Amino acid sequence: MSTSSTTLPSSGPLVGSRSFLSRLREGDEIVRLITFLFAASVVLITLLLVFELWQGSVLARHKFGFAFFATRVWDPNAGEFGALPFIFGTLVTSIVALLIAVPLGIGAAIFLAELAPARVSDTLEFFIDLLAAVPSVIYGLLGFLFVVPLMRDYIQPRLKDTLGFLPFFKGPAYGIGFLTAGIVLAIMVIPYIISVSREVLLSVPRDQREAALALGSTRWESTWKVVVPFARAGIMGSIFLALARALGETMAVTMVIGNTPAISASLFSPGYSIAAVIANEFSEATGDLYPQALIELGLVLFLLTFILNGLARILILATSQRGSGMGNA
Amino acid sequence: MKRIAAVLLAGLGLALAVLAANALTITGAGASFPYPMYSKWFDEYHKKDTNIEINYQSIGSGGGIKQVTEGTVDFGASDGPMNDDQLKAFQDKHGFAILHFPTVLGAVVPTYNIPGVTTDLNFTPEALSGIFLGKITKWNDPAIAGANKGVNLPGNDIVVVHRSDGSGTTYIWTDYLSKISDDWKNKVGKGASVNWPVGLGGKGNEGVAGLVKQTANGFGYVELIYAIQNKMPYGTVKNSSGAFIKADLAGVTAAAAGAAKSMPDDFRVSITNAPGKAAYPISSFTWLLIPSKFSDASKRDAIKGFVKWMLADGQNYTEPLSYAKLPKEVVAKEMKALDGIQ
Repeated sequence: MSTSSTTLPSSGPLVGSRSFLSRLREGDEIVRLITFLFAASVVLITLLLVFELWQGSVLARHKFGFAFFATRVWDPNAGEFGALPFIFGTLVTSIVALLIAVPLGIGAAIFLAELAPARVSDTLEFFIDLLAAVPSVIYGLLGFLFVVPLMRDYIQPRLKDTLGFLPFFKGPAYGIGFLTAGIVLAIMVIPYIISVSREVLLSVPRDQREAALALGSTRWESTWKVVVPFARAGIMGSIFLALARALGETMAVTMVIGNTPAISASLFSPGYSIAAVIANEFSEATGDLYPQALIELGLVLFLLTFILNGLARILILATSQRGSGMGNA
Repeated sequence: MKRIAAVLLAGLGLALAVLAANALTITGAGASFPYPMYSKWFDEYHKKDTNIEINYQSIGSGGGIKQVTEGTVDFGASDGPMNDDQLKAFQDKHGFAILHFPTVLGAVVPTYNIPGVTTDLNFTPEALSGIFLGKITKWNDPAIAGANKGVNLPGNDIVVVHRSDGSGTTYIWTDYLSKISDDWKNKVGKGASVNWPVGLGGKGNEGVAGLVKQTANGFGYVELIYAIQNKMPYGTVKNSSGAFIKADLAGVTAAAAGAAKSMPDDFRVSITNAPGKAAYPISSFTWLLIPSKFSDASKRDAIKGFVKWMLADGQNYTEPLSYAKLPKEVVAKEMKALDGIQ
């Protein structure tokens, strides 16, 4: 904020010499103040959110302490609450979603940006934006009515027959559970990855491609070794946008995850996510401790998002340096 | 542009005029189970007395108790009676008590999807608690088969489905299981959400019904109204007199009548596993929660007027919407209790 406001006026020689009053009269200062307030409101809302979650969960925090993160029991009647199964479910479903969505999304983005004719690319982009705007409850319905039966009757029995020796594919095939939730989430976040990655790939300067081609590389080599590394930071950004959506998704997940606070290595097992349990139980949570434990779960989700976002920043910083290094080579 | 603005202004004016004409708006919040009934009643009552408009938000029983305790609404509504701590919290905050008024009755039924079985199954209390505790895992378990002679039950695993969202339906179901099984009472207990020993969670009646319908050998519980309206198969349940009762509105009212004799003065009574030959055992009242004192006399009179009407003429609207009406013993008792509102 401050760097841009000091560098911008200095670009015009006259601006710096004007007095505050004249800047106020001519409106520059007013615009600066107003836009500053708008920008500051984002920070304010974030702080307010943390404050409210922190205040709202005071009883639960004091009662459970750090054991909240390690407790597996969620029993409203006994007043015992632990976040572990919900953290587990949130992370597992998001990881499954990314494992599916990242290769698919980036592959599609490469096709649209590098290989497809402009008209095809633009038409498909229209559909992708449309998909990104579909409300999550619709994806939930799609998941419940289409993906769940498909999983139960075809995919899960097949996985069991072929990969059943792995701990991930054991147990009864209900059709719902971690794997199904991950797949529905993947369907939801793919449009984000494609859309953002395509834009980033398209913005890679033309001379990068031409230089690679001039050096005798094939089309694929120029794409994979030059264009994609150049756009790496942006692609990472799209992945973390997708991760953020997957972590916080509520409606679609609760419809297909099975809503059972269980921790299991098997992806066929029903599970639960943080956002889903808050949405399910908050309206009927009575007493003092129970709603507070749910609010504390909200705080945990916020923390989880915060940590993952921080990691993402570091990752982007690290890889963008490497990316530009490769661009220079 | 100008024309649009004029139309908007006229609309706003009209809305304000309508608001001004309705001198009295009463707000309530709470249970979602009786919401279709309440919204019909409030609508009909508004037609009868256009000066009174009752605005009800179905935010859930827990929310209803919370809001009426905080004083943000004029009355609350709940599928489970308030417990002693909650009553005390209200008394401490306001200095007077809150009263319970039963309005209609609901019931919860066991529903299932067993390929090849089309007859109504009979469930004993032992079978229901055993299945939900995870002790009975196969359909051909003697505890189930014993009550269903002649039905060819498969040896498949039962897929138990319960509600994942906190709900009055779950409260009634677990209240019943707590009464008939000490094991359930000690291990799980009753509540809008509990720590389920087994099973998958579906969101809402439609979530449970959907999972049961989709999953072969599925077994779950839904509201009677939902089962009737969606023509779902549901089983009979053995009541405290030993008779297997298929839930219907008459059976639910019978359960309430059976409980009416021992009805406490504050109406906080559970009628699950109620006495009576025809009583359906998994039934419950749903209650309005009304403060015993109003600072605004016109509001007090309006609410009392509504409850009086609801107990008399209002009960005729219940059966078309698949709610069971109150037995007359309870109506008479409530009429008396209305005097307690000052």
